[in-house]
Amino acid sequence: MEILMLIVVGILFSVSVYLLLSRRILRVILGTILLSHGVHLLMMTMTGLGRGAAPLLHLENDTLTDPLPQALVLTAIVISFGVTAFLLVLAYRTYKEYQTDDLEELKGDADE
Amino acid sequence: MSVLHWATLMPFLAAIFVPFLYKHFRKIHTGWFVLVVPFMLFVYFLSFLPITTTGKVVMEQARWVPSLGIDFNLYLDGMSLLFTFLITGIGTLVILYSIFYLSTKEKLNNFYVYILLFMGAMLGVVLSDNLIVLYVFWEITSVSSALLISYWYQREESIYGAQKSMYITVFGGLSMLGGFSLLYLMTGTFSIREMISTTDMLGSHVLFLPAMFLVLLGGFTKSAQFPFHIWLPGAMAAPTPVSAYLHSATMVKAGIYLVARMTPIFGGTAAWFWTITIVGIITLLWGSVSAVRQKDLKSILAYSTISQLGMIMSLLGIGSVAYYFKDGDNALYTTAILAAIFHLINHATFKGSLFMTAGIIDHETGTRDIRKLGGLMTLMPMTTTISFVGLAAMAGLPPFNGFLSKELFFTAMLNATTYGIFSIETWGVLFPILAWIASIFTFLYCTILFVKTFTGKFQPEKLPIKHVHEAPIGLLISPAILGILVVVFGLFPNILSYSLIEPTMAAILPGVLESGQQFDVHISHWHGFTFELWMTMGVVVIGTSLFLTMKKWSQYAFYEKEQDVFNRVYDYGYDGLIKNSQVITKMQMTGRLRDYFLYMCTFIVLLISYTFVRYDAFAIRMDGVSPIEPYMWILVSLLVLSVITIPFINHRMTAIIVTGAVGFLVSLMFTIFRAPDLALTQLLVETVSVVLFMLVFYYLPDLRKEKMTTSFKLTNLIISIAVGMMVTIVSISVFVFSQDTNFTSISEYFIENSKVLAGGYNVVNVILVDFRGFDTMLEILVLGTVALGIVSLIKFKVKGSEDV
Repeated sequence: MEILMLIVVGILFSVSVYLLLSRRILRVILGTILLSHGVHLLMMTMTGLGRGAAPLLHLENDTLTDPLPQALVLTAIVISFGVTAFLLVLAYRTYKEYQTDDLEELKGDADE
Repeated sequence: MSVLHWATLMPFLAAIFVPFLYKHFRKIHTGWFVLVVPFMLFVYFLSFLPITTTGKVVMEQARWVPSLGIDFNLYLDGMSLLFTFLITGIGTLVILYSIFYLSTKEKLNNFYVYILLFMGAMLGVVLSDNLIVLYVFWEITSVSSALLISYWYQREESIYGAQKSMYITVFGGLSMLGGFSLLYLMTGTFSIREMISTTDMLGSHVLFLPAMFLVLLGGFTKSAQFPFHIWLPGAMAAPTPVSAYLHSATMVKAGIYLVARMTPIFGGTAAWFWTITIVGIITLLWGSVSAVRQKDLKSILAYSTISQLGMIMSLLGIGSVAYYFKDGDNALYTTAILAAIFHLINHATFKGSLFMTAGIIDHETGTRDIRKLGGLMTLMPMTTTISFVGLAAMAGLPPFNGFLSKELFFTAMLNATTYGIFSIETWGVLFPILAWIASIFTFLYCTILFVKTFTGKFQPEKLPIKHVHEAPIGLLISPAILGILVVVFGLFPNILSYSLIEPTMAAILPGVLESGQQFDVHISHWHGFTFELWMTMGVVVIGTSLFLTMKKWSQYAFYEKEQDVFNRVYDYGYDGLIKNSQVITKMQMTGRLRDYFLYMCTFIVLLISYTFVRYDAFAIRMDGVSPIEPYMWILVSLLVLSVITIPFINHRMTAIIVTGAVGFLVSLMFTIFRAPDLALTQLLVETVSVVLFMLVFYYLPDLRKEKMTTSFKLTNLIISIAVGMMVTIVSISVFVFSQDTNFTSISEYFIENSKVLAGGYNVVNVILVDFRGFDTMLEILVLGTVALGIVSLIKFKVKGSEDV
């Protein structure tokens, strides 16, 4: 299953990079969201999937899944949420100020 | 710190007080206060004369950075003493001259601070035994020289000249520092003394040649050797006292000093001999030919300085052979060094006086253009006399000192053809011929300079100043003293030989003589009808006939084009550097997010693929892989399907919903991977995100279909697929290789101790708040900062202000 998941992660990365390369701010934000999904799945996958029960001690299973990447991903989810929220508001504000969401038009002058 | 140390640093200390003196004694010319400093130093250094004449040296130590082997050690031998005399002696005369040259309306405080800075730095250069200390002082001379050249900073050409000299000399200085570092690698010391004592093993060292060329680059740029000579004519934008002091007598001789100092370390090898001799002779020839073409008094003198420095340099090159033979008695090998030292002294005297007289002419007539000048002989008799003495010495006419040094120069060049080492027999015959041709041109420009300026018809209508008369006595003192020295050294050359020249030779060629011996120098005025005398006669005859036919050849373009061709090379190079770097910057700094992201992705992919191929790191194996549950196929294909559709969606609500679906699918996967907390968080975050999206997207324009060219799309596609493939391949390999290692996961510890140490059953939560609580704290800080940022983005609007 790990190989399959890693291929899925690769697809997530590909699509998100494609979106990040586009001209619309909205697509760029969507790209960052997909990128963080890809990274979270990658972190989960890299320690192996499918061994043991959830890391809760009262389940009294012989083996538990690795709790450390879960903790790391939890932190990462919250942080990427924060960044996404900020990006969204920034995009909103940029649009309010400049009436465009086209990165090409937001480029500024050549001599700047 | 000894007295010698304080003496070296005295100009720096004196420079501190100059602005105060300038401010509080406005009525007295600041130069009078400054004059005391070089004069006192000159007298002080005279007291070392008895020590060095007997072949002894003075070594004074002071610690600076002992841990790096950098100590402020001063070493005074014959050569250092000779240079201190030049610096302080001519320094005194130049400051005396400048008192009358610069009016009190000028910014005198700047001038004297810079010139004292320069004087102190120059003393440091010639007295330092430690190479790093020498380098420090060396760069101070570059900086203070640039400051002095741009003294009249309102003028365009001053700034241009200062910049050019700064670039070139600092380039050389930095190369020299590299050479010094290599020397340190070879010998393990920065002290010149200790280097000389280990010199025997240096010649075969692999770093010998790089070190030699780097050090020489420093010497050549400072001494205006070909093709780095172009800064010196540009430096003529400086006030004339500066040109006389820095650009004829002292700073340009720092390179000569360096080469002479390094002769015991590098000398005696073929590379050293050929490099210095060839560069010197080319400089000699190029400088004398270029000087003939100049129309400006100071430019002629600048090119003549270049040419004379080339001559001294070539003599040092030829004289370095003495180190190969270690034969101090044999005049065949040591004459060149003798000639170099003698001409060094002579050049300082006559060139200093010539610059000063040029300054007087400029001062009294308002121009330095030889086409406008003429007939000044009767108007300015004193100036004419001094100029004549200086020019005759420079041309090499008897009975002035230039004659003697030129005869010695010819002797050395003729001797060089008989050396029989370094395969001199092939090209060595060119040395005297080129030297002779250069001497003809030297004679020619000296004649032009004299005849055009002082004889002929006086043309007052061309001059800016109407009432031309002789300069005040104060301006004439310094050039007169130098002119008298020219005559005295010419008539009695041996007053110098015992006191200064012999110790200097011993300093340049240590170890050549057996201990207890001393060089025996005897310069005689008349040595019979030698070949050298015939050469001099040839110079006079051909030079005169060339001058008489000047009307003919001055029509040619050769004479009309004053600009040095290397100047144009420099200008093109300078402009080209700026233009090309602008082009490159414009090419890469497009201002588009897309382009920057493209660079990043491309380079990451290239770098990692290279590493993968280079170390053959790819691996794929199926062991350790967990089985795929059937329902995972459905989930995965749903996820992939929705992800792939996102780029094609042109409706914002659809885009949000599909992205939300991806998030929910991911959270479902977390459930399957037995991460309940993650699933929960992901679910919540995704919901809130979708709500946020809805809120924000409502205000944003709808997604339009992007108009992209096919190639544009194709690059995007290639890059994104490459990134995805790279991530997959790398992570698969990492996964496979991690199976082979024997590391036990740290998680065992968390699972075992979660209950015991922290009292919690939910291991993930225990890690978050107990084992690794700091992460959580800072993550909360991130959220708080984001919240504050969002609030300020929405609430605070500075109207009408420029965005940054």
